[in-house]
Amino acid sequence: MRHRSTSRALYELLSSMRFAISLLTLLGVASIIGTVVKQNEPYNNYLNQFGPFWFPIFEKLGLYSVYNSFWFLTILGFLVLSTSACIVRQARPMVKDMKGFREHARESSLASFAHQARLPVSRPAAEARAATLAYLTANGFTTRENTREDSVLLAAKQGSWTRVGYFLAHGAIVLICIGGLLDGNLPLKIQMALGGKQLTTGNQLIAQIPPESRLGVDNWSFRGNVFIPEGKSANTAVLNVQDGILLQDLPFTVSLRKFHLEHYESGMPKRFASDILITDNASGKSVEKTIEVNKPFEFAGVMMYQASFEDGGSRLRLLGHDLRGGSRPPFPAEAVVGEAVALKEAGLDYTLELGSFRAFNIENMAVDKPEAEAGSLARLDKHLGSGARSPADKDMQNVGPSIQYKLRDSAGQAREYQNFMQPILQDGAWYLLTGMRNDPSAPFRFMRIPMDDDGRPDSWFAIRRVLLDTARHPEIARRFTATALGAEAGPEVLGRMQETTARTLELFAKGGFESLGKFIESTIPEAERDKAADVFIKILEGSAWEAWKMARTDAGQPAIAPAAQHARLLRDTLNATNDSLHYGAPVYFQPTGFDEVRATVLQVTRSPGKPIVYLGSLFLVLGVFAMLYIRERRLFVLIKDSGEALVALSSNRKSMDVDESFRRHRDALATLLNPAPRP
Amino acid sequence: MEIAHKDSAALLRRLNPGDWLYALALAGGALFALRQYGGFMDIYDKAILLFTVPGLAAMGFAWKPFRVFLAAATALALASIALYQGDLARAEQVFFLKYLISSQTAIMWMSALFFIATGAFLLGLAARSDFADATGSALTWCAVTMGTTGLMVRWYESYLIGTDVGHIPLSNLYEVFVLFALMTGLLYLYYEGRYATRRMGAFVLLVISAAVAFLLWYTFSREAQEIQPLIPALQSYWMKVHVPANFIGYGAFALAAMVGVADLMVRKGILASRLPPAEVLDDVMYKAIAIGFAFFTIATILGALWAAEAWGTYWQWDPKETWAFIVWLNYATWLHIRLTKGLRGPMLAWWAIVGLVVTAFAFVGVNMFLSGLHSYGSL
Repeated sequence: MRHRSTSRALYELLSSMRFAISLLTLLGVASIIGTVVKQNEPYNNYLNQFGPFWFPIFEKLGLYSVYNSFWFLTILGFLVLSTSACIVRQARPMVKDMKGFREHARESSLASFAHQARLPVSRPAAEARAATLAYLTANGFTTRENTREDSVLLAAKQGSWTRVGYFLAHGAIVLICIGGLLDGNLPLKIQMALGGKQLTTGNQLIAQIPPESRLGVDNWSFRGNVFIPEGKSANTAVLNVQDGILLQDLPFTVSLRKFHLEHYESGMPKRFASDILITDNASGKSVEKTIEVNKPFEFAGVMMYQASFEDGGSRLRLLGHDLRGGSRPPFPAEAVVGEAVALKEAGLDYTLELGSFRAFNIENMAVDKPEAEAGSLARLDKHLGSGARSPADKDMQNVGPSIQYKLRDSAGQAREYQNFMQPILQDGAWYLLTGMRNDPSAPFRFMRIPMDDDGRPDSWFAIRRVLLDTARHPEIARRFTATALGAEAGPEVLGRMQETTARTLELFAKGGFESLGKFIESTIPEAERDKAADVFIKILEGSAWEAWKMARTDAGQPAIAPAAQHARLLRDTLNATNDSLHYGAPVYFQPTGFDEVRATVLQVTRSPGKPIVYLGSLFLVLGVFAMLYIRERRLFVLIKDSGEALVALSSNRKSMDVDESFRRHRDALATLLNPAPRP
Repeated sequence: MEIAHKDSAALLRRLNPGDWLYALALAGGALFALRQYGGFMDIYDKAILLFTVPGLAAMGFAWKPFRVFLAAATALALASIALYQGDLARAEQVFFLKYLISSQTAIMWMSALFFIATGAFLLGLAARSDFADATGSALTWCAVTMGTTGLMVRWYESYLIGTDVGHIPLSNLYEVFVLFALMTGLLYLYYEGRYATRRMGAFVLLVISAAVAFLLWYTFSREAQEIQPLIPALQSYWMKVHVPANFIGYGAFALAAMVGVADLMVRKGILASRLPPAEVLDDVMYKAIAIGFAFFTIATILGALWAAEAWGTYWQWDPKETWAFIVWLNYATWLHIRLTKGLRGPMLAWWAIVGLVVTAFAFVGVNMFLSGLHSYGSL
């Protein structure tokens, strides 16, 4: 007896509205956590974010995968329990209420309704009864009669379907939760706990992954990714679970024929599509299909979606320019995206890790015009018209392919570089751009290698080599001084000038403009610094010009004449040479050619809960509309032989609509039962 | 909004020739669109277009002024299209396009009209002036007409940029903010007519004005008004149903919160003599939350169906999804407490106001503070 009352109390609690509302609130608050802490990131990110103290605590609490955590699923479980208990508890009274007409209601109880009125009846009772019945039917009521000694009660009702809405809406919650559980990672957890499946690390060959980390083709609920380079095929999916992976064997093999990547003029992605060939492992039958975003495809009970794309191992041809001193010629190199190449052959103790390749880069090349100093009216005017961007503001251009790679030295330190394959027009001249950064989260700082008259970077490399070669500084100084001062200058002046020039070159070769700046700051009074800086720049430019001529003589090239574009080239050369001193690498790789190989990432899923969830969703919509918009009304008309009628109206809801519909029915019945005498 | 009519036969009997003309025009328009542009639509797009006809017809039958509004907006949009002659550059050359009915200009007019309407309603409330209220109401009608015209023309303009760029303007934060202002405005106008009071306008138009102020800031400082092509995930017919359903929800919740403010003031005796009685405000609040909840439920489910197609999962607890769930939970609880517990009074009004904060976070806050798949507009 005692036990029975406890379970009874539990049932009462579970099915109570207070408990349900507490659960809904709790669920809402719990859900917020998962939007604050980013979910399902690599565990290292969390370790960095929270530190070694909090990381394991948060892991225990399941904060990295809140919605799959034990406690969250428990709350959901209670919601299912509570809703189910509520349905069970309400079922009998509601069905009874739906069916019943309450035609035995007593006059005294009708008289106590909030909406009731006594109306005079001037027509004979039978006629009044018939007229009322007709009125009720016309207004969508179903009616049951109860004849009493001195009266007849017409008990009418409408909108009982709102009760069905209750069952639909609440049943829907249970269905959706159950379906969701089937599609969540609970089945996987159970397999890991009971089936002995174990996570493994991602960085190994698929063939090496042991059977206890592979899930069989008969697995009925999973979600994983398949990575397929163009021209290759795959028959396993990778499931990322916590900080490891599991392999899911698929009942078919997918080959990627071609991956389509299309862009709008603005460079925004327009279409991702995979032309695939699927071959059933059992029957050997094949299907060709194109999968794109928003256009998934189902095969053998597995849904396949276009999830993302990656590089599938594009092959790059590079030209390595040695940036150290000496006259080493450029050397060719080959690299594959995702692979590392040792640069021993080129005499460099570095590894080249080619990270990514982009076949094109679309940039807005329009020159930023300073915001017109016009008033607000002009600004308004600018925003009137069509929603299209005015063509004057944009000049989207493809600036060609680029690569991103890391150079790792023997100590394991790496710097990252981004190099463009084609020269890019900037400020009216063409440059090869190469960006460098030490920190992966920092933006690239670009070095602009100027192009010469032949549209090649060669002159820069040649001038730079001479300019940074300390052994040639005296010769440069001599030639520069001779050109700058002319023949009539005395030997003393010449000597001083040569010394200054050699010193300038030495400082520049050591640390670029920065060394010169420091030198100026430490030796020259503040008032004269600007002037001195100008002199140093002039010396450097003149020296660079001499260096260029010397480099051309070295290479057996004809002499060149001074020209405006040459002056600019020299300035750019000095800037780039200065930047190259901070480039952090002894070599610059210029991309010269590529064979692009793309890879697609398809998401593959089996979600047995989906039909259940969809059915639940349909029930939910029907239920919500039925509950909110089918109005239950019970109208009682007690017609007494004494020439009086009692009209009473009740509803399962209290609202202004009920008041209004009572007024309407009361007034209509009043005229019906007591028609105005005809004139 | 009356979804279930007790007597649909009676409703049909009440239809006048104007109603039939209206329905005929809707059907004609849909058939024309099918014939002319059917090549751009897939079967689902066509189905949505065809279902729009009975949907809008029912709206017009149940709420007569809606017919005039839709006719006016359509006429303006068609006039704009006629003036364009298929050339986008004419937006800068033709006076009526540049200063009246090109999409940006129309949306600017909408913004201005909403501001003036807010002023008129405030004046009406302060001076107990029925004339000012009537002016506010008329201006609100004009504002929603211009806004709707703007969106329709924007749809057309997007196809002038390029047939691969063209899409319904419901794709980013800018466009849905216009939609939000329109939906809230239309819902307000409906309740204004149904409850025969214009005094709620001062409150509801405030939230619309706030949205419009944001819209203007977004335009002037972020150039957000530029039509952008759709990324692959958004290229789907689902957008045409998911987004509008969502914004009926957001609009209704916003309206309910503002009516809640009025309700609280009346209960405290502030402006009580100028505002409708608390029971009326309470009823409007309930009606708005009910319609909002129903459509928000549909929208969330439609979003789940779309997610299943685009991302491979109907639900993956993306921040936007999670916050939609929180909003849904919030109003589900509100309705339980009101309908089942029968609670009335200031607590529900307070709750509706808090609900707007939660809704606003789900709408804008998630895009600002949290990242996820569903980030189609950043600030």
